[in-house]
Amino acid sequence: MSVVVNGEVREGVATVADAVAAVTEARRGIAAAVNGEVVPRSEWDRALADGDAVEVLTATQGG
Amino acid sequence: MSTVLRKRDTAFTIAGRTFGSRLILGTGGAASHVQLAEAITASGTELVTVALRRVDPGASGSVLDVIEQCGVGVLPNTAGCFTAEQAVRTAHLAREAFGTEWIKLEVIGDEDTLLPDPVELLDAAETLVRDGFTVLPYTSDDPVLARRLEDAGCAAVMPLAAPIGTGLGVRNPHNLALICDNAVVPVICDAGIGTASDAAQAMELGCAAVLLATAVTRAADPALMAAAMRDAVNAGRAARLAGRIPKRHLAKASTAFEGMADL
Repeated sequence: MSVVVNGEVREGVATVADAVAAVTEARRGIAAAVNGEVVPRSEWDRALADGDAVEVLTATQGG
Repeated sequence: MSTVLRKRDTAFTIAGRTFGSRLILGTGGAASHVQLAEAITASGTELVTVALRRVDPGASGSVLDVIEQCGVGVLPNTAGCFTAEQAVRTAHLAREAFGTEWIKLEVIGDEDTLLPDPVELLDAAETLVRDGFTVLPYTSDDPVLARRLEDAGCAAVMPLAAPIGTGLGVRNPHNLALICDNAVVPVICDAGIGTASDAAQAMELGCAAVLLATAVTRAADPALMAAAMRDAVNAGRAARLAGRIPKRHLAKASTAFEGMADL
C-alpha cells in the first residue's frame, strides 16, 4: 500500500499517526488532513487506504 | 505608551479579549527567528500572525517557539487561499494545530494584487462564524463589504490600507474613515503600511489597531522599525482621541495682535 504524504509517495504508512511521524518528530502545532478532510489528533490512529493523500501542516512565518 | 494616553484611552478588546497594544504584527518576511523575536519585543505587540504550511523536515526551530518565548498570542491566517472552501479547511486545520478559534481570514482573488475576493470572503466568513470561529477578515476598503462582514458576525473587520507588501500607505483615507465611523466591531487596518506615518494616519482616521508585517520584517532594521510602529500607533491613537483642529484655507494667528507695539 502506498500513500502520499505532503506530496511524496510513501510505503509502510498505515495510519495518520504514521504519516505524521514520517515527516516530523514535533507534535505541538501540527495538524493533519486526509484527502482534504481535517483529522483531529484524537483520531490519528485511523487507518489509511491505498492512495490516500495526507497533508501534515504546521506554523510558518506569514501574514 | 504615555501616561496621559493610558489614562484617556479605553481598552482595546476583540471578542471579549483585551490587548495592551494596538499593534498586531505579521511574521512573514523575517530573515531569521532571532530578528523576528527582536522585532516582536520592540513592537510591544501581544498578538502575531502565522501561516499554515506543510512541515519542512529540514527546518531548524519553529516560529511557535519564538512566539512562546516572546509571550505573545498567536493568530493563524488562511494566507494563500483562493476559495472559501480552501480557507474554511485551513481555518479548521489551524484550530486543530494551535488550539485557537481565532482566525485571520484571507481569501485572495487576484495573484498580482493579492486583493481579497469579496464573494468568497463573505461566504467563508459566514461558514466560519457558524462553525464557532472568531473571524477577523482581511478585506478591501469597501464600506459596504465591511458592513456585510460585520453583519455576518465577524469579530473585527480588517480593511487594507493598500495591497499586501506594497508599503503604499493609506490609499483611500475617505473609505477607511467611513468604515471606522460605521463599524461597531473594531476596525483593524491590515496591509499596505510602509512606514510609521502610515500607521499613525490609519489610527488618526479611527482604526482601533493596525496589523502590519512587511514594513517591519523587510525594513533595514526591523527592530527599530517595530519600535517606530509602536510609537506611531500610540501617537495616532492619542491624536484621534485628542480631536484634531479643522483644516482651514487661510492662516489663523496663534499669537494675539492685541497689545502689539506701535513701531
